[in-house]
Amino acid sequence: MKIAHHPDSATLVTYAAGSLDEAFVTVVATHLASCAACRARLRDIEQIGGTLLESVDTVALNATALERAMSGLDETGEKHFEKAEPEQSKQSLPRPLARLVTGGLDDISWKTVAPGVAMHRLPTSEAARASLMLLKIAPGKKIPEHGHGGTEITLVLTGSYRDALGRFGPGDIADLDEHVEHQPVVDSSEPCICLVATEAPTRFKGFFGRLFQPLVGI
Amino acid sequence: MINSGSGPDMAEDLVQDVMLTVWRKAGLYSPERGSVAAWVFTIARNLRIDRLRRQSPQAYEDIADVNLEARDASGEEEAYLRQREKLVGKAMAELPPDQRRVIEMSFIQDMSQADIARKLAVPLGTVKSRMRLAYVKLRERLEDVE
Repeated sequence: MKIAHHPDSATLVTYAAGSLDEAFVTVVATHLASCAACRARLRDIEQIGGTLLESVDTVALNATALERAMSGLDETGEKHFEKAEPEQSKQSLPRPLARLVTGGLDDISWKTVAPGVAMHRLPTSEAARASLMLLKIAPGKKIPEHGHGGTEITLVLTGSYRDALGRFGPGDIADLDEHVEHQPVVDSSEPCICLVATEAPTRFKGFFGRLFQPLVGI
Repeated sequence: MINSGSGPDMAEDLVQDVMLTVWRKAGLYSPERGSVAAWVFTIARNLRIDRLRRQSPQAYEDIADVNLEARDASGEEEAYLRQREKLVGKAMAELPPDQRRVIEMSFIQDMSQADIARKLAVPLGTVKSRMRLAYVKLRERLEDVE
């Protein structure tokens, strides 16, 4: 898989810092699972965390802290000594996504939201602000030109689409902010399935778009 | 931890958790993850997301061990990691104050890009470009070692 489009480095910084919303974290993590280059970028950025950890003003812990930690250790014992499991998910989906999709992409109960467009919402924690969903768009299908009410990050899982920003195939990420307007067209012979995290309802432009909007509900 | 919005008691509980988790997962450390300090940071980050933000840190954990085999760092790797740590510290110290500020707000105060933009009264795009510039600086410094 040749990945041509990666997350914005500002997104990776926020991901590494742990201040990114869960829906976006899932999309970025799914990309990271198949992109060694971005995993290396991430490790560089996580070093910032290590460096800051060592430089932040220290606050004296309560005197009993060490004692409590040690007794905590006694309770948990050695049995929790975990070993890394190199286990890959049953299906070919990357682990951060496989966890949210029972079965594979073929087993999803899609909800048709417009001709040629189906959606499946994925669960997030209650505190998550952005929503997470899978979109399945039929070959040749054009999505009405739309701007974004907020940040939207899309990861292509199967198939491909093309818009003003280029061609997006499996593993590619479109990391777009509110100012970007685009009109993706699916150019693969199979449907294009994408993992999408979005902060605000996507605003479609134009008459057809406005008709489309209440149907899609994204 | 205290800086990221939890009270001192909550922060101390979190520190307890971090210490316990580091102890339990010590056998999972791999030098490919970066320095020990960076690894401890990721553990603290994941616990903070879970406890303070009430969101799942599972996605982070799902990719943490991709292609990594747990082992101790060799002497050579240790020297390499120490040098990297120093270079990242240097890069951070060299950042212009406005870039350093967004990095600290993000890493230490656990603020989203939108929250930082609001707090600093600048457009979201400005927060992003400061982060990008900080990343470029980091890369430039790290190229000295690779």
